[in-house]
Amino acid sequence: MSETAEHTGHHIDVKEFHPRAQAAIHNPKIRKNFRSAMDGLMSKRKTAFEGWDLETLRDLGANVRLRALANLPDLLEQLEKKLTENGIRVHWAVDGDEACRIVRDICKARDAKTVIKGKSMVSEEMELNHYLEEQGIEALESDLGEYIVQLADETPSHIIMPAIHKNTGEISQLLHDKTGTDLSNDVEYLTASARQQLREKFMNADVGVSGVNFAVAETGTLCLVENEGNGRMTTTVPKCHIAVTGIEKVVPSMEDVSALLALLTRSATGQHITTYFNMISGPRKAEELDGPEEVHLVLVDNGRSSIYQDDELLDTLRCIRCGACMNHCPVYTRVGGHAYGTTYPGPIGKILMPHLIGLDEGRHLPSASSLCGACGEVCPVKIPIPDLLVRLRQESVDGDKLHPAKVRGHGAKRSSMEAMIWKGWAWMHASPGIYRFGTGAASKFRALQPSKAGAWTDYRTAPKLAAKTLHQRMKERGQ
Amino acid sequence: MSSRETILQRLRNRTGGELTVPECDFSVLVRDNWSTKERIERFEKMIESVHGEVHHCTEDMWMDRLAEVLNTRGARNLLIPQQHEIGRALRDAGRDDLPELLIYDEPIESWQAHLFNEVDASITSTRGGIAETGSLILWPNDDEPRLMSLVPPVHIAVLKASELYTTFHEAMQAQNWAAGMPTNALLISGPSKTADIEQTLAYGVHGPKELIVLMIE
Ligand code: SF4
Repeated sequence: MSETAEHTGHHIDVKEFHPRAQAAIHNPKIRKNFRSAMDGLMSKRKTAFEGWDLETLRDLGANVRLRALANLPDLLEQLEKKLTENGIRVHWAVDGDEACRIVRDICKARDAKTVIKGKSMVSEEMELNHYLEEQGIEALESDLGEYIVQLADETPSHIIMPAIHKNTGEISQLLHDKTGTDLSNDVEYLTASARQQLREKFMNADVGVSGVNFAVAETGTLCLVENEGNGRMTTTVPKCHIAVTGIEKVVPSMEDVSALLALLTRSATGQHITTYFNMISGPRKAEELDGPEEVHLVLVDNGRSSIYQDDELLDTLRCIRCGACMNHCPVYTRVGGHAYGTTYPGPIGKILMPHLIGLDEGRHLPSASSLCGACGEVCPVKIPIPDLLVRLRQESVDGDKLHPAKVRGHGAKRSSMEAMIWKGWAWMHASPGIYRFGTGAASKFRALQPSKAGAWTDYRTAPKLAAKTLHQRMKERGQ
Repeated sequence: MSSRETILQRLRNRTGGELTVPECDFSVLVRDNWSTKERIERFEKMIESVHGEVHHCTEDMWMDRLAEVLNTRGARNLLIPQQHEIGRALRDAGRDDLPELLIYDEPIESWQAHLFNEVDASITSTRGGIAETGSLILWPNDDEPRLMSLVPPVHIAVLKASELYTTFHEAMQAQNWAAGMPTNALLISGPSKTADIEQTLAYGVHGPKELIVLMIE
């Protein structure tokens, strides 16, 4: 995996999008793995929504999320109150570092040496594994895809299917090298061997760390969606369970969950529902015989409250992390998840990451799109992703008088040369005489027009200027 | 200022305009009331499409079916609830075609390795099912703890056909979940599975390899 090996670990340079995308495009294996996986996911999604009034359902999804966001601070307080009543301890973190420290402190207080993890994109965002290792605490991923990615010392290339960039042969070799599993192309065998290894780890882990799909304020319930059962293991077997989640994940009631769940699994993998829908509302009670003694929830802001300030950008926070936008994205399908170099790849990454890392760091993200609109059309909560991309593009060149830029790191792509050219362009188009003179001159000297225009003409023929301008031809026709 | 206050204050003092609270109309989730027969058929179709098994039974013969299921799999033992009528009936029956009956009556800490390595199958009750998605509703408790439906390689669940709801939305309203939830509640819709290795389905990755539903009609 040379093409990704150099971009793994925790220090991916987001700014290097172009060379990585180039490398991925010329890598037939990446192209094939992603193309076939995404084709499969797109058709499964379509089948799963057959018989549904999908537009109305998506409207409901969008409204449920908007309603929750409109009451966000109140809901968070209600959630905290209810969880506390239920015996779950709530912590707040302004950024990923603080969230990491909270997890560490809980671990240290229990003298924990090993942490087993269920899938959590927020913990990826926090780079929790890396942090815990530095603190001398072993953090092991238990979702099979995440486990594979961790063994390879890589990062997930898809938010739902982390190891989608690897094929069976590579995974077998990896398991062989790192865990001594026999080489085999039998997926069942490889899975069974991982099950055995991870069961030992579950039994011995001191703490389980998981993400949260929905946090319900009314009942104080943390909901987790999964197929493997590792999430249930993580939240049940160790004596202490720590859930980490973004502050936007709260919804008022279980009824809201029923709508979002119907959309989430069908949009993500084309499943009507996942194998397990796990609802946790408290630690083990005195009379219970299993379950964790302690349950914690860490509410992570990490840039979300800044997104919340702006009426348009706020829509980003509706996201339920289904991944449908990447599955349908022509760019993602061709370059794969690692090319982006960000925790969240694909369209959602392009609108979310600039807030988390700054628009200077992430300046290539909003432009890594053809604005075809597929993402916006499939998004189960109707996030207008293309509009947000355009907005972020404007911000990256510093907006204009009517729309002053706000996002951290804005203006990073602004070039004074480009600004001057556009100013000149505007001036020329606003002055008829100069416009006619300009276009007339361009037509006259069209022979001098270069046939190469940078990367644009690598795969295209440059358009030739017409011999006569439109104005001239209209004049000749006497109109 | 604490992080909690910092975050809440930033959210409360947001700079944008007033946020409107949209109406949420959940009627799109409501299915025409399916007949019991339709619900059973749909449930069966859905759960079989994800590798689960449904056995149609009556109150009188579910134990025969259970014995068959366990014997064909060569199960050495079966974990049963202590209090629930399922567990009582099994113990009282004293049948010799059933494997050794085990009871989860001590905290997990004292027998974890045994549960993980030696138990072949478990049987639990359900709080009903959901036809549309082929899901079982479980509320684990001290009689049927959480790990019973997760750790043994075969999970057998008893479902009364009369307790099949059409949708999740209907089930949570009928059972008034808003009034309060147990420490752990579950929807289970098939055996544990993964497609993380090149999109190839494999079962039993962490939880049961098989999910068998005894549907009492
Ligand atoms: S932006 Fe929409 S489509 Fe993309 S992951 Fe989020 S909810 Fe899914």
